Amino acid sequence: MGPFIVQFLTGLSNASALFLVAAGLSLIFGVSRVVNMAHGSFYMVGAYVAYFAISWLPKGGFWFWGGILIAAVVVGLLGTVVEVLLLRRIYRAPELFMLMATFAVLLVIQDLALWVFGAEDLLGPRAPGLDGSIQILGALMPEYDIALILIAPLVLVGLWFLLNRTRWGVLVRAATEDREMLAALGVNQKRLFTGVFFLGSFLAGLGGAVQLPKGGADLLMDLNVIAAAFVVVVVGGMGSIPGAFLAALILGELTSFGVLFIPQSTLVMMFFVMAVVLVIRPYGLLGKPEGVEHTVSELAQWPLRKASRKLRVTGAVLAAVLLAFPLFAGSFQLILIGEIAMFALACMSLFFITGPGGMVSFGHAAFFGGGAYAAALFVHHVNTPMELALLLAPTCMALLALVIGWFCVRLSGVYLAMLTLAFAQICWAVVCQWGRFTGGDDGVLGIWPSPWAGNEVIFYYLAIIISGGGILALRYLLFTPFGYAMRACRDSRLRAAAIGIHVRRRQWYSFAVAGMFAGLAGGIYVFSKGSVFPYEMSIPRSFDILLSVLLGGIHSLSGPVVGSAAFIGLEDLISRVHFWRLILGSIFILLVVCFPQGIAGYFSARFAKEPGDQEAGSERSG
Amino acid sequence: MTKLLQVDGLYKSFGGVEAVKGVSFDLEEGELLAMIGPNGAGKSTCFNVINGQLTPDRGSVKILGQDTTGMKPHNICALGVGRTFQVTATFPSMTVLENVQMVFLSARGRLSTVHRTVSRLFVEQAMDLLRVVGVESQWARPCGILAYGDLKRVELAMALANRPRLLLMDEPTAGMGIKERLTLMKLIGKIASERAIGVLFTEHDMDVVFAHADRIIVLNHGVLIAQGSPAEVRDNHEVRRIYLGSYAR
Repeated sequence: MGPFIVQFLTGLSNASALFLVAAGLSLIFGVSRVVNMAHGSFYMVGAYVAYFAISWLPKGGFWFWGGILIAAVVVGLLGTVVEVLLLRRIYRAPELFMLMATFAVLLVIQDLALWVFGAEDLLGPRAPGLDGSIQILGALMPEYDIALILIAPLVLVGLWFLLNRTRWGVLVRAATEDREMLAALGVNQKRLFTGVFFLGSFLAGLGGAVQLPKGGADLLMDLNVIAAAFVVVVVGGMGSIPGAFLAALILGELTSFGVLFIPQSTLVMMFFVMAVVLVIRPYGLLGKPEGVEHTVSELAQWPLRKASRKLRVTGAVLAAVLLAFPLFAGSFQLILIGEIAMFALACMSLFFITGPGGMVSFGHAAFFGGGAYAAALFVHHVNTPMELALLLAPTCMALLALVIGWFCVRLSGVYLAMLTLAFAQICWAVVCQWGRFTGGDDGVLGIWPSPWAGNEVIFYYLAIIISGGGILALRYLLFTPFGYAMRACRDSRLRAAAIGIHVRRRQWYSFAVAGMFAGLAGGIYVFSKGSVFPYEMSIPRSFDILLSVLLGGIHSLSGPVVGSAAFIGLEDLISRVHFWRLILGSIFILLVVCFPQGIAGYFSARFAKEPGDQEAGSERSG
Repeated sequence: MTKLLQVDGLYKSFGGVEAVKGVSFDLEEGELLAMIGPNGAGKSTCFNVINGQLTPDRGSVKILGQDTTGMKPHNICALGVGRTFQVTATFPSMTVLENVQMVFLSARGRLSTVHRTVSRLFVEQAMDLLRVVGVESQWARPCGILAYGDLKRVELAMALANRPRLLLMDEPTAGMGIKERLTLMKLIGKIASERAIGVLFTEHDMDVVFAHADRIIVLNHGVLIAQGSPAEVRDNHEVRRIYLGSYAR
């Protein structure tokens, strides 16, 4: 009985730290609709600042808790700075761009933390007076965990009081319900948003600081906690603090007991729970449906245009250069260009459903990496020839996308995105854990092209033709009734249904098509690399693809190609430099502030000559 | 002869608010039936139930004799029902022409077509309809930048494109100038009689209603309080008292 109770209490203390981070994240999203990827970084900075504050301050219980509070305030101020200097400039940009901006902040903070705090993992100081353990029916329970358990309800009550009993809290809740109305009533939104950002970051910093004696501080904390925090927020219902509390309790207990049965399953179990919750309750346990679809109405202003003469010429020149490339390039460049092309196809398939389809996927690597694995496993286990494997990979991924998509198209907006992330994470876990079949962390090695394509120049042409063909096919698809029907569902669900379009079914099919082409990209990719590892299906990979699409711009058909070339090019250029995340993050921030429509979007808007374009532009700003 | 539309004992409440309480009426072919009533009388709720957007708590809707209660909007559309909305709903990123083409593509089951581009499908038919409603000169402009009155006409063209037997028009002339309203209603009346379409519409402008409707039903607080020809409704004592109040004097 004793160990059982201890396990239960450990679950509660896990829930406590989770709740602090998730509450801040939920609060920020609720009011400003910013999906703050940098929230985990605030948590990490909180832990580091607390460590240095506590070691600098005099010893003793008072100063220990004082140090924790100082850390939370410092992080709160850091969040304020980010809000005022960066986010405030781009609130009018699409939600996805804010996502990119906060992701850039995450990258910058990663490197700044490495520079300021050092690479070493820090062991947290013991809390004075709470450094022992107590006995519960024969099992030991650290005293500090008991203290942690008490913090979450205290913060919940404090937040409840703040939100329900103060004027400021009423404004925050009003902004969560209806931003536009609040602005119409003459409330200063800027100050409100800044305040909310301070509070949200403060909570993240507090979360990082209080877990310091238990978990210490290291540079991987940010990514580890952000995934968990998102799950908590989504399960609880975005914008709902009590929901976050409830979800943190459920997930904290589940992971605490889950470790007993399936040791490596904690994160996957969380995503599994999230998938189940979202399928049953599409807006989380205590969440409410979104009133207005923000992204969609914004995107819908961008008409789809046939390639202009200029673009056709550019495309033809590009094709000619690519075909002539082996004449003057070395093998390294050939491989790089080939990989850019494959990556561009993966990006194009994500763009297909994200831009014209209006469905954002945070887990597209499931299909890219999945295609790579499908091809690799066929070759590895049953000696499938390359040609057949290149057909089987997209087929398998179309089927996988049909399964995942069936659940996902029931949702929209951020919830849809999070569900794709959950499924991708589950796929990734399967690949990692099922070592006997997939090779686990060791991956699948020795996947080489058929002998006739073994020559690097021939393989280069094969890669270019398959990727280029795939990109053009997806582009063409957008101009067919299939693509138009998908776009119709994005533009107006109401109208689409009224003219007899089965909205979910169209979205489902489109999702499958995107999965299929991503699978094709993955399939050819594995023959280029010769091997595949679980990384190709992981969250960072999904974000590589998403960031490239955003980098190119979701309003422009050539965006994915430009974006992936820029992304891989940048990565190749700077990944050998120290502090490359800092550079990459700064570039992203600069791009977001200067080109809110993405690179290709910027140029197509800048050089638009047709009168319709001008009008579309003025309409937007009006 | 089967009635085009039969609504029988419709009830619908939202939370504690009963928006529609036992509304029954029907509609003949070629008839222009106006549904009037003050704001909050339950007009839009009725529309959304007939259209399949909402499921009624009780009561039934029959279209061309078939029970459609609880059917989804896209299936109801397939029976031959066209719909326009109080706040226009078109596809803003597509051109006027493409908007109408979409309806043809949907009605003819061509949405999964991948071997031809939209630019070659149903262009003539769509242009003909644009001419009928009088927005053919705007065909190449995206709906997102169109003037409101033109959007209303595009919606009408879209509603007509799947050869509907029944048109549901929620305030077809809202936001238009008075002259434009009368022209558009005249057009709707002409199309309805030519194609033997039954039209159910709501309208706030009583001039439009009394000039164009064949029959009028009056809702108040979710209850149908009167129906009949314009003359009958105009003379109805209760309607005068409850609804027309200031208008009658």
